[in-house]
Amino acid sequence: MERVPVLRIGGLLLVSIQVDLQDQTVLALQEDLAERIIATGAHGVIIDITAVDIVDSFIGRMFATIASMSRLMDAETVVVGMRPAVAITLVELGLSLGGVRTALDLEEGMRLLGTAPPGGGSGDGAAAGPAGGS
Amino acid sequence: MTDGSGDVTELLRSWRAPVLERWIELVAAGVRGRMTEPEIRSELTELYGLVEGALGGDRTAAGELRAALAEISRGRARQGFSPAETAIGVFALKQALYEQVRATKDRAAYSTLIDFTAFVDDLGLATFETYASAREQVIADQAEQLLELSTPVVKLWDGILGVPLVGTLDSARTQVVMETLLQTLVDTGSRFAVIDITGVSAVDTEVAQHLLKTVMAARLMGTECVISGVRPQIAQTIVTLGIEFGDIVTKANLADALAYALRHSGIRTVREAGP
Repeated sequence: MERVPVLRIGGLLLVSIQVDLQDQTVLALQEDLAERIIATGAHGVIIDITAVDIVDSFIGRMFATIASMSRLMDAETVVVGMRPAVAITLVELGLSLGGVRTALDLEEGMRLLGTAPPGGGSGDGAAAGPAGGS
Repeated sequence: MTDGSGDVTELLRSWRAPVLERWIELVAAGVRGRMTEPEIRSELTELYGLVEGALGGDRTAAGELRAALAEISRGRARQGFSPAETAIGVFALKQALYEQVRATKDRAAYSTLIDFTAFVDDLGLATFETYASAREQVIADQAEQLLELSTPVVKLWDGILGVPLVGTLDSARTQVVMETLLQTLVDTGSRFAVIDITGVSAVDTEVAQHLLKTVMAARLMGTECVISGVRPQIAQTIVTLGIEFGDIVTKANLADALAYALRHSGIRTVREAGP
C-alpha cells in the first residue's frame, strides 16, 4: 500500500497528496499524521491537494476528521491548492468543511499559520507592506 | 405511386411555363423585396424539376427535394422570415397549379389536384418543421452567447475580484459563474471576491441557494466572498423567506464591500491632505 509522506518544515507539517487516494491510504495517513504531530510538537498542518482532481465524500470527510483531530492536539489545519472542479464537487456533495481553514496555495497557507514562507514572499508587495507598517 | 400522380406529373410538365411563372410571382409577392427575383427564379426552377421527378416516382429526386426544401427553410429561418412567409413558398405551387386548372376548365384535372394537394401539404409540413428547428437552434445559440457575455469576473484591486451579476440567476448561469470565478481565483491568486447582486432582479430560495454554493466553493479554495448590492426589497424578501446567509458578509453596495475587502487585506486608503 502506498503511504503519503508527512514532511516537517519548521513548526509545520506538510502533507502533499500526490497519489490516488484509496480509503486505506487515507486511514493510514490519519494515523501517521497524528503520531507525527505528537512526535514533532507541530502547531500547524498543511494539506496540499493541488494534485488531487477527484474527490468523493469519504475524502471530503477526511479533511474534517484530520482538522478536528489535529485541533485536539493543538495544531491548526489548512487545506491548500484545491482545484475549482474539486471545490464545486464538494459543494455539490453538501460538504462545506466547516472547521477546516483553506488557502489558495502553499505560500498563502503558511502565511495563514503565521509562518512566513522562505524568502520573505518578496513577490507580493501589497500584502507584505502593511504587515510591517501597521 | 397512384394513378392520379401520373396525371399530375403530366399536367406539371405540360404547363411548366405558366405554372412556374405564376409560382414565382406568388412567392415574390410574399417575400416583398427581401430576395431578388433571379434568386427566387433559380430556387423555384430547381424545386419545380425536383417536384416533377418526385411525383414521377424517382426516389433520388424525392430525397433531393426534401434536402433542397430543408436547406431553403433553414436559410429563411436564419434571415428572419416569418413562418407564414416560409410556408407560402411551398403552398403557392398548389395555388399556381389550381389557377391553371381552373382557367382551362379541365374537369378531369380537378380530381388529380386532390392527390397533388396532399403531396404539397406534406412538403409544406416538412418545410415548417425544418424552419422551427432552425429557429430553435438560433435561440439556443443566442442563449449560449448570452451566458458567456453575462458573467464577467473583473479585478477590482490586487487580490480582490468583482463578480457583477445581472439578470436572473438559474442553475446553468450559476454553474458558469462559479466555474469562471473559481478559475479566475486560481489564475490571479485572489483572497477576496465581491459578488455584486445589484443587477439581480429577484432573489428567491433557489437563487439564494446558488449564491451560497458559489460562496462555499470559493471558501473551500481559501477565498473569502462578500455579497454586495443587497437592495431593500431583496433584504425584505430574504428575511421573509427565512433564508440564512450564515456568516457570509453582506454589504449594501459595492463600495462598502470593496472597503471591507481592502481593510481585511491590510490596505489603508488615505486621502491626501488638500490645499
